[in-house]
Amino acid sequence: MSVDAEIVRHIAKLARIAVSDEEVAALAPELSNILGWIEQLQEVDVEGVEPMTAVIPNRLRLRDDAVTDGGIREDVLRNAPAAEHGFFAVPKVIE
Amino acid sequence: MTGLTELGVAAIRDGVREGEFSAREVAQAYISAVEKARLLNAFVVETPEHALAAADAADAARASGDLKPLSGVPLGIKDLFATRGVQTTAGSRILEGFEPPYESAVSARLFAAGAGMLGKLNMDEFAMGSSNETSGYGAVISPWRRSDGGNAPLAPGGSSGGSAAAVAGRLCPGATGTDTGGSIRQPAAFVGISGIKPTYGRCSRWGIVAFASSLDQAGPMARDVRDCAALLEAMSGFDPRDSTSLDLPVPRWEASLDPDLRGKRVGIPREYRIEGVPDEIGRVWDEGIAWLEDAGATIVDVSLPHTRFALPTYYIIAPAEASSNLARYDGVRYGKRVQPEQGGLTDMYEATRAAGFGAEVKRRIMIGTYVLSAGFYDAYFNRAQKVRSLIARDFADVWESCDLLLTPTAPSAAFALGDKSADPIAMYLNDVFAVPASLAGLPAMSVPAGLDDHGLPLGLQIVGKALDEQGVLDASLALEERAGFTARPEAWW
Repeated sequence: MSVDAEIVRHIAKLARIAVSDEEVAALAPELSNILGWIEQLQEVDVEGVEPMTAVIPNRLRLRDDAVTDGGIREDVLRNAPAAEHGFFAVPKVIE
Repeated sequence: MTGLTELGVAAIRDGVREGEFSAREVAQAYISAVEKARLLNAFVVETPEHALAAADAADAARASGDLKPLSGVPLGIKDLFATRGVQTTAGSRILEGFEPPYESAVSARLFAAGAGMLGKLNMDEFAMGSSNETSGYGAVISPWRRSDGGNAPLAPGGSSGGSAAAVAGRLCPGATGTDTGGSIRQPAAFVGISGIKPTYGRCSRWGIVAFASSLDQAGPMARDVRDCAALLEAMSGFDPRDSTSLDLPVPRWEASLDPDLRGKRVGIPREYRIEGVPDEIGRVWDEGIAWLEDAGATIVDVSLPHTRFALPTYYIIAPAEASSNLARYDGVRYGKRVQPEQGGLTDMYEATRAAGFGAEVKRRIMIGTYVLSAGFYDAYFNRAQKVRSLIARDFADVWESCDLLLTPTAPSAAFALGDKSADPIAMYLNDVFAVPASLAGLPAMSVPAGLDDHGLPLGLQIVGKALDEQGVLDASLALEERAGFTARPEAWW
């Protein structure tokens, strides 16, 4: 699998990571190498094999539909880079 | 009383109970060792006040006859565990300054059992690395040096490299680690200590910064098998806040330790003899086989046919889960925010993540994003999950003919910092022997077994059936008793 600059920019966009032209140039061969190495999985015969969903068999539990948490707004906001009026603050999204 | 830092977890616990020394004396001795060893960069944050408060509580508990299982034991906590009011970074600059308002389940259990905290231990960024060099806070330097007189700084392994260095350097008697694809076992092997990754689901993941949730599992790192057993008992147990937590009683592993392996069959997987691995790894492995035979075990040759596909499988699944888990670092709720001038919300996300994540984390997020993206999901992710089923089936098949497996822990001794950091795949190969058990969720332990030609530690790994931590600990103890590993780094720092 060969990853070119255009694909790197597309993945970076999907991953929401800004990349410089320099980083794109470095990442393209790195990602190509890693994906090329991963390619060996194509050799494995997986016909009729179910994909793994749980590594140790476990039963999903249900709990009562009741409020178990809350009333800790100050705690929740304490680490926010920006908080105003009891909310997380972000740059303007609607003009 | 510097002599107290010679004592491990069980010895401290027992000594405090017997009144041979106070918990405060122990805490002070270790706090002083931590302060003197800052050159190693093992701790990101030191918390002497926490260790002293727990020690005073232990001394008071002794006076009132109310001691707990780990009263008086000061520990190091890997910086992946959220600790209430104490900076938790996961080794990343994107979380610099983050002080969780809650305590992780595992650290809460340890503190409830009477243990104190000496500080938060350095690690590869978001546990992605095998050398500690990806930490946003600088690499940890191993306390070990080669015997050739060269002073090249060596990697302590990773991702639990701070934990490994701190235990090996006698800066703490034990530490928490986490293991996603070898992050407890490989560093333990590199620095000549013991470490166990229990069955997936034994330790709650609640409050552990997530890397690859289907693989992440906490475990202890300490100087010997008994200490690991004691710590693991305190760390394990059901937690309804983790949907994959196992609702099972925690066995009394320490009290049940028994190195007599008569009646046990130990498999030697032939696929683990791989080309390009130094002869000394094979030599130590052969010694291990002889030790287990001496302990009464029957040795059987076994096959795990899909072994060579484990690493590429891991490097699809782990980055895929990471790309999803790390989407939460968006500069809104916690951690770093970078806001470009005139930029909108998306610009803020992109600038924050570009500035906050290091190169290896970005690489893995991008690999994960790619393998999950439209058109590639079936070819990569879904196929990897099928191969993962085959790898787990290999183990299920092998348990028909044996009870445990013995393998080397890592394909080499510790390498020098910088030696492998330019080649991601060379770095990934460090975990070739560790990753298969992770993919199958099985308990696995590394114990020190000998030294290489440069005087550096080599480890052996025991892998067991799901939930058979006792079998893993017992066989590890049998190895420990016969290896007679007493080498330790000279305190040059």
